[in-house]
Formats: sequence, structure tokens, C-alpha cells
Amino acid sequence: MTSWITTTDHKRIGLLYFWTAFGFFLIGGLEALLIRLQLAQPNGHLVGAETYNQLFTMHGTTMVFLALMPLSASFFNYIVPLQIGARDVAFPRLNAFSYWVFLLGGLLLNASWLAGPLFHASQLNVAPDGGWFGYANLTERQFSPGPNIDFWLLGLQILGISSLAAGFNFIVTILNMRAPGMKMMRVPTFTWMTLVTQFLVITAFPVITVALAFLLFDRFFGTHFYVTQAGATPLLWQHLFWLFGHPEVYILILPAMGIVSEVLPTFARKPLFGYTVVVFSGVLIGFMGWGVWSHHMFSVGLGPIADSVFAGTTMLIAVPTGVKIFNWIATLWGGDIRGTTALHFAVGFIAMFIIGGLSGVTHASPPADLQQTDTYYVVAHIHYVLFGGTVLGLFAGMYYWWPKMTGRLLSEPLGKWHFWLTFVGMNVAFFPMHFIGLLGMPRRIYTYAPELGVARLNLVSTLGAILIGVAVLVFLWNVWRTRTHGRPAPNDPWGGATLEWSIPSPPPVYNFSVIPTVANRLPRWKTEHHEPMRDPPAVPPATIHVPGGSWWPLVAALGLPVLALAPLTHTLWLAFLGVAILLLGIYRWAFEPFEA
Amino acid sequence: MSRRRLWPITIALGVVRCAGPFPQSTLAPRSDFGWAIDHLFTDIFWWAAGVFLVVEALLVVALIRFRHRAGKPAPKPTHGHTVMEIAWTLAPAVILVFVAVPTVRTIFTTSGEAPADALKVDVIGHQWWWEFRYPELGLVTANELHIPLGRAAQLSITSADVIHAFWAPPLGGKRDGIPGRVNRIAFRADSVGDYSGQCAEFCGASHANMRLRVVVDSDSGFGRWATVQLAGPATPAPGTLAERGKAIFARSACLGCHTIQGVSPGVIGPNLTHVGGRTTLAAGLFPNDSAHLASWIADAPSLKPGSLMTRMKPPLTDPDIAALVAYLQSLK
Repeated sequence: MTSWITTTDHKRIGLLYFWTAFGFFLIGGLEALLIRLQLAQPNGHLVGAETYNQLFTMHGTTMVFLALMPLSASFFNYIVPLQIGARDVAFPRLNAFSYWVFLLGGLLLNASWLAGPLFHASQLNVAPDGGWFGYANLTERQFSPGPNIDFWLLGLQILGISSLAAGFNFIVTILNMRAPGMKMMRVPTFTWMTLVTQFLVITAFPVITVALAFLLFDRFFGTHFYVTQAGATPLLWQHLFWLFGHPEVYILILPAMGIVSEVLPTFARKPLFGYTVVVFSGVLIGFMGWGVWSHHMFSVGLGPIADSVFAGTTMLIAVPTGVKIFNWIATLWGGDIRGTTALHFAVGFIAMFIIGGLSGVTHASPPADLQQTDTYYVVAHIHYVLFGGTVLGLFAGMYYWWPKMTGRLLSEPLGKWHFWLTFVGMNVAFFPMHFIGLLGMPRRIYTYAPELGVARLNLVSTLGAILIGVAVLVFLWNVWRTRTHGRPAPNDPWGGATLEWSIPSPPPVYNFSVIPTVANRLPRWKTEHHEPMRDPPAVPPATIHVPGGSWWPLVAALGLPVLALAPLTHTLWLAFLGVAILLLGIYRWAFEPFEA
Repeated sequence: MSRRRLWPITIALGVVRCAGPFPQSTLAPRSDFGWAIDHLFTDIFWWAAGVFLVVEALLVVALIRFRHRAGKPAPKPTHGHTVMEIAWTLAPAVILVFVAVPTVRTIFTTSGEAPADALKVDVIGHQWWWEFRYPELGLVTANELHIPLGRAAQLSITSADVIHAFWAPPLGGKRDGIPGRVNRIAFRADSVGDYSGQCAEFCGASHANMRLRVVVDSDSGFGRWATVQLAGPATPAPGTLAERGKAIFARSACLGCHTIQGVSPGVIGPNLTHVGGRTTLAAGLFPNDSAHLASWIADAPSLKPGSLMTRMKPPLTDPDIAALVAYLQSLK
């Protein structure tokens, strides 16, 4: 137990990320089910307006910041060092700090469900209720007087620290800790996409940090960054939020694209088609993701010139995305395709992401978007991208790397059930939303009139959501069963080309007994010019240095939620206490004796 | 892998287009603005459907043709193909030109400019109702916008509190009402009718309850409506229930928020001078009948969470409410 709390081993931190994020994924899913049950019929009465607004706010916030990003992070942690032939990340204790900050930030956000009595609120729950996008000036104290928005902005600030720390850590790791011979153009695609994602994290998160700091000042110190009566424009928030928010979309999707780029070649028994093009289109998407933010704001009235420019940049970003899809299909073409569960999910990613991408093109066109934005049509779109894309991609990664991470193979028959239930469920849940939106139902409404004519479609969508819930239960059952009944995994159950398959499953604490020397991009495969590499010997030489455990990352992380409690509860001494804990943690961390 | 969905979509779109029971459908436009968007969307939709078919078909063919079979030789380790890469970079780019050109054209034709003779209406979003002001006519109403069939309308949209979005889907796209800014949309309705819409930007607790109606009248019908609206409020006959209602209105908190011309000056809530002539109550939530009006007056927040119209203290008695209902309904 203690060894898990003080761990600095990237593999253990990866597993901690995984289970924490999956727990939040279940909470976010439960919130989604409540939303769907409320909307299953017109004039629904399951929850009231306030609770509903909290549910969709927390569903979005949870899925983006507490489930999908950290699930990707669990693979960054576990897999990236293995793929580049390293013994750990560059800053193992900073890595532990990132995890603890993420956990505490997530707990703080969700504590709002039960914190009502602390604030003399009439309800138990004072969860955030301003939407995951938290548009000013609705989030100002004047219109949202309770602690709800405070929980949201303080929670997000804390989570941002976690993401930034991890971002720097992985950039340094990937750039500096590659095995000898692993030039940048020999780096596995998943690690490449991780690198692009981390650059997006360290550049995009400061933007929302600033936006949230303005909001914090407005709410606690009476500044006027978003106060319209004082001459401010609430559009400042929208520009800042989406300047962060659009790169954030790529932060969510690029890791899944990286996973798919690993899974397809392995099971098609063929190298990734156009590796260089796939990598550079990923980089290009990362750059172009910065120039499209105002397509979230076409109804704001930015004027025809701005609308035209952002429509153009948004359509352009479809080009590198399309290139990736064509390269994936070309990877499958001519292959010897093994229909594993991981491959099912990876192909499901492609099939569904195409739909999300194409509906995206329809609202890249500002006039068309004026009928679509803020309706269920866009809800359909984002779920085809983030569920059909990111979630299916992450599940592909789970089936693919589960044996490496746990030493046992998930059941393939249960996996197929999981896949087909998910695939059918998501299409039943999200496809009707296109029509619901085109028929005029806005999003973020807790009730709708029967006259709208969308009751039946909503009911179908709810049934699909329940099917997705069943699919997740099948997955959990599979995981539970695999603990005891799963087939033990050899080093390489799939015949993979990359370094993580050259070592035992799960790997020993030092990963590689001998750091491999990499001669080409697919070191474990025989190609025209290369014989496969020899896997490192199972018996390690006597002296391998691995970093020891440390309490101080956890102590430092604990300072942050204490600090956040100060404004939440209007208690000044808590701020000093929080800063003291943070400084103590950092000080002791910095001077911790260097021991093996 | 993936079901062929194109035909169901087309059929569904067709059904949706001609069917009547979808009052907020974006696919049955009733104005030039709505049609411009609809044509553009249809164009893009077919491009998207074509791409969808081709790409998903390639994927399915690859999966079937190259599935694992016993005794199959190891695949050729191809790494890429420059000409193909160029081809599938250019193909989407070319298709996007066919999407981008009509898009930009439509952006400029639907930018909110209106002919000089257009009827100008100021639209002001409030939590959670709509105020409509007709500066040329000097009249103010709420939640039900009337416009004549024969004239273009230009709406200048803003907000009194947080961001809202005015959206009446059959008449065209939505525009945000942003405090401190004015956005314009312009359209010319092409048929008389009673169209529904609602706020499309999340604006707080009762965002779902911020609905609206746009009534497109014949020119003479609009003239009659405007004449009625410009006249003062009806004066209840002495001794009637309505007269008692007027007295209660004038001595309760009602007058602090609502205008009834010549009776009360409040501007926080909707103008009630001709509230009896509207078809719905509480921003399109209920039909305007005495039962709904009575329960609305008695306890608005239970019908519209967060409503600023709180329960009165001490509460109004049932006879008082009945009198108020009679008075308000007499204000045709």
C-alpha cells in the first residue's frame, strides 16, 4: 500500500491513472445516463432544472478533464517509456505529483455533489452548473452567486497544474530518453502523437489558466474582466476558452489516433502505411488546431470576414485528418488482418470518426452552423468524435496493452461482446441526435415540449445510452474475470514491432535489463533490410538504478486543494496553510537524499 | 463493420422535410434566410454523404478482402506511396473548394443586411423571456414577435443580462444576444404562419423555458395587430371582477416589474398592456388560459425554475388571483 502511495515508477503511476480515470469515466457515464433518462420523454420529471444543469456540466467536465485526458495519460505513463526504451520518465517524482494533483483536483470537483450543507445551501449538491464551457457572464457572481462555479474554476485550475507538469515531463522524456539509435523518425507513432499532444497541453493550458484567473478575480476580488456593466465584453471569455478549447479537442483525439496507428499495423501484419505522412499530419493538425477556435462562435456575430476565414481554416484541417484515415485504410489494404478485439475497436474508431469528421464539415460552414450550433446535431457530432473516436480508440489501447500492463490477456469473446454492444449502442444513442437537432431541439435543455415531435427519437437515443452502459458492464466483468482466469501473457502476445513487446509482461521495475540499440523504425520485425532485434535478456545485470519512492510529491500536491478551499470557504488562514504545505513538499522534495 | 446508412438518412430527411408535426424543424424553411442555409446544407450534405460512402466502402472492402485466412503468405511490407499520398491530400482539398465557395457566398448574403424598407425590431433577451421593441411603430411586446408577410424584417438582437440566442428555426439561423453588443439578422418570410422557436444559448436555470413564437401575419393582419398594440389598455367595466383585478394589480408588487400603459411603470418583466391578446404565457410555456395564468401568478418559480417573479408575501388569495386573471385576460 505505502509503496503505491510513494511510488515513482511510471508503470504504477500509469495504473493509478488508469483506475482513477476509469472511476471518473463511470461517474461521467452515470451522469450521462441520468441526462438521457430525463430526456427519454417530453416534460421529464426525473430531475429538476438545477440538477439537470449540474449533470450536463459535470458530465462534460468529467469526461474531458477527469476521464479521457487521464486515460490517455495512463498510456503515456505506462507505454511511452517502454516504447522509447527508457527505464522511467525524465522526472519520476514530478510524474507522481501530476497524478496526485489530478486525483485531488477530481475529488475537489466532485465533492461539490455533497458539499451543499457546508455552504448553507438548500440542496445537498452545489455542483458546477454553468456548462463545461462556462460562458461568462453567466458565470459571474451576479448570475451564479453560489459556490458551484467556484468549485468548477478552482478544480480546473488544479487539474491544469497536473496536465502542465505531465506535459513538460513527457516532452523531456520523449526528446531526451530515447534508446540509442531511435531517431525522431524511428519513434513509434503513439509516442509521436503523445509528443504533439504534450506540446498542445503546455501551450493551450496557460490560456485557460489565464481565463480562469480572470474569472477568479471577478468572482472574489470584484474585478471586471467579464462584467458587461463595467464595459467588458463576455466574448473575451469565449475567445480565451476556445483558444484553449479547440487544441483541447486535439489533445483528446491525437492519443487515440496514435493508438490506432499502433494497433492496425500489428494486426494487419504490415507496417503503418505512410508513417512519415501520418506523423507530420499529426503535427500539422497540432499547429492548425490553433487557428480554428472561432468556429465555436459562428453565432456570436464576428462579421462575414472573420466567419469566412475561420470557415476556411476549419475546412483545411479536414485535409490532414483525411490523410490519416486514408493511410490507415491503406495499412489494412493488402494485410493479413487478425480480427482481435483491439482491431475491432481500432477499426470502429475509423468508421465512427469519419462520421464525426463529416458532420464537422457541415458546421464548418458558418451559415449552416447557424442552424446547427447549440442543438443536438452538434451533440451528435462531438460524441461521434469523442466517443466514436477517442473512447473507441482508448478501448483499442486497453485490449492491446492490457497484457503488457497486467500480465494477463483480456478475454477475446467477452471483448467482442463489449465491442458490438458499444458499437451498436453508440450508434443508437448518438445517430438519432442528428435528427433531433435538425428538428430544432437545442442542447442543454432539461425539458422539451411534446409538440416538438422528437419524443420518440429521444427515447431511442436513451435506449442506446443504456446499451452503452451494458457494454461497459461487460468490460468490467471481463476485467474482473481476467484477474484470475485471464491467460497469462507472454512478452509479446500480438507480434508487435515496437520495444514494449521485447520485455516481460508486466515488465520488471527496471523495464529493460539492457537498453536496446535501435536500428530501424520497426525493431522487432523482419524487413527487407533488417533482421529483427534481439530482445533484452531476462536476467538483468546486478546494478540497475531505479528511483526510490517519495512522499513529497503527494505532500506538495495536498497543498493545492487546501489552497483552493481558502476562497471556496472564504477562510484566509487556509490559504497560508495550503501554501505552507506546498512549499514544505517542494522543499523536502528538492533536498531529498538521492538514494536507489 | 459499418451499416450502410445513406438511404435511411435520405428517406428520413425526406420525411422530415414534408411532414408538418415538427414546428422547429430547420429542414422546412419559411424565409429566404432559411432557404439560403437549407440549400447550402443540402449541398454539403451530399458531398459528405458521397465521401462517407466511398471511405466506409474502402474500409469494409479492406476488412473483408484482407482478413486473415489460414495459409495466407505474409503481407508485403509496403511503407507508403508518394503518388497516392498526394492524391488523397488533393482530393479532399478539391472537394472542400466546392464546399467553401458557396459557404463564403452564403455568409455574405445572410450577413443581416436588409433592404431600406425592412421592418426593424429590437430583440432583447432576458432571463428567461424575450422583449420585442418596434422603434418605428413605438410599440413594445414580449415573447410573441409579429411581422408582416410582405416586408423583410431586420432583428437587432441584444441582451439585458447574460448571453442568449434568438432562434426561430423555420425562419433561419440563430444569432446570439450578447449584453453590450447588437447582432443583426434579416429575413423575408414566405408564408403566413405561427412559428415556434426558443433560446439556443445556455443562459441559466430556465434556459429550457425561454421559448418564443414568431407570428407572420398578412399585411392587413399585421396592421390590425399593430393598431391594437398601439392603443392603450382595455379599461374594465365598473363592478366587474376585472376591475377588482386592476385594483389588486395596482396595489401589489406587480407594478414594480410590469408595464401596463397608464397603470404601472415597471420594466423588469414583460410588458402586459396587451397580454390578453397573446396566445401563450411565460415565454411560450403554456397556452394563455385562465387556469395556467392563475397557477403562474400563484407560483411562477415552480413552473419556471429561477423565475424572478417570486411568490408574493403574503401570498395572494385565490379570489385575488381570480380577479387578476380576469383583468389580465381582458387586456386584449
